[in-house]
Amino acid sequence: MAKTITITIKIWRQSGADFQGSFEKHVLESVDTDMSFLEMLDVLNEQLTLSGREPVAFDHDCREGICGMCGAVVNGTAHGPERETTLCQLHMRHFRDGQTITIEPFRAKGFPLIKDLIIDRSAFDQVIIAGGYVSVNAGSAQDGNSIPVAQANAEQAMDAAACIGCGACVAACPNAAAMLFVGAKVSQLALLPQGSPERKRRALSMVTAMDKAGFGNCSNERECENVCPKSISIRNIARLNREYLRAAFTAD
Amino acid sequence: MSWFRQACTSSVGKKYIMAVTGFLLGGFLLVHAAGNSSIFWGRQAFNSYAEHLHSLGILINIAEVGLLTIFLVHIYTGLTLFLQNRTARESRYAVQKPAGGRTWGSTTMPYTGLAILAFILLHLLNFHFTGQDKPIADIVGPILNNPLYSIIYAAAMLILGLHISHGFWSVFQSIGINHPKYDGFLRAISWAGCFSIAGIFLTIVLLLLFSGNQLR
Repeated sequence: MAKTITITIKIWRQSGADFQGSFEKHVLESVDTDMSFLEMLDVLNEQLTLSGREPVAFDHDCREGICGMCGAVVNGTAHGPERETTLCQLHMRHFRDGQTITIEPFRAKGFPLIKDLIIDRSAFDQVIIAGGYVSVNAGSAQDGNSIPVAQANAEQAMDAAACIGCGACVAACPNAAAMLFVGAKVSQLALLPQGSPERKRRALSMVTAMDKAGFGNCSNERECENVCPKSISIRNIARLNREYLRAAFTAD
Repeated sequence: MSWFRQACTSSVGKKYIMAVTGFLLGGFLLVHAAGNSSIFWGRQAFNSYAEHLHSLGILINIAEVGLLTIFLVHIYTGLTLFLQNRTARESRYAVQKPAGGRTWGSTTMPYTGLAILAFILLHLLNFHFTGQDKPIADIVGPILNNPLYSIIYAAAMLILGLHISHGFWSVFQSIGINHPKYDGFLRAISWAGCFSIAGIFLTIVLLLLFSGNQLR
């Protein structure tokens, strides 16, 4: 027999960017603790729909922690209280019977609100468009191992590439800075030979795009790496700083 | 030179400016603390340290202008970052909970910085722009024997300690020095720098408060 809990939800409702938002209170009874957080929101939305009210708008897609679509600030923490966990992979067993849960959208000037918990993260797309790819002509497939890559570099590049672009780093940063995201995206390519030819232009243009999008400046508060569902380290920010310095002084 | 201006005004560039000026100011503090520790050896040692410093002539003026420039750049860039970061989040979270990265030092950086600026102005009025032509020991001794000044100076040193508790480590991260092999070492020298600077200055304040004869 599954365990159930009764919870009080304080959830952010806002019809659009130009409207005033406020919290709405709902009591959910008999919430199965095996439910995920998003399934709990589905139950809430069914309850709202049945009573003739507008359901809460929230982003989600894969619901298995790899797409980066979901995310909200739960009781003051981006993606909720479990470390290295996206909101969809957070389960209701981590909450107490009778607990009040406050759910807010990710708040940042770089992420304008669309509706309720849905925010516009296209600023991240702009950063990627600015240089988060390899555009050199790779030609046809060559012999294996003709470009040696150190195991440690491959691992670090893979760690950086684990970033799903969910935006929790921006949400948690006291300055709403996007340095962990940009650091990861610059690092995953800077660490590998394929990314090297364009590394200077990439670092410069991705930082420029980041600044233009209205994100804040990093002040090394380290909140980002603590909420990152993929535990991207701020070493990637240090690497971005190095890449940027080298590019600023030596790029053509 | 437009590339240079562009780099300096970018978010990463501004962090470099904060880090480099912060590092230089930290170096100044270490030298300042080392020089002031001549107070531990009494009046003669302290006066002779000051005389040696003044005998450098034009060099001391050059150093003063350099230091002032570094200070102004650090303050201007710091305030720019502070104001920009405030506008980067227009609506505040109803529930605010630190995720485990912030420290007292990192959270209060702009405020401790401004408090230190206010203290430096007082400090310069007390000991630099005195208008008196007396040996340094006769200027410093009476002021730091006054409990009111002792409290202000001691509080300022604790605030300075808080500021550099984040600042020293932050210097390394901002200029990109972060490597698993040196994590422990960097943290250790950051704390050592923080404690030695704040510790030496605090000891001097307490010594001059409780031992009025130290500089006589």
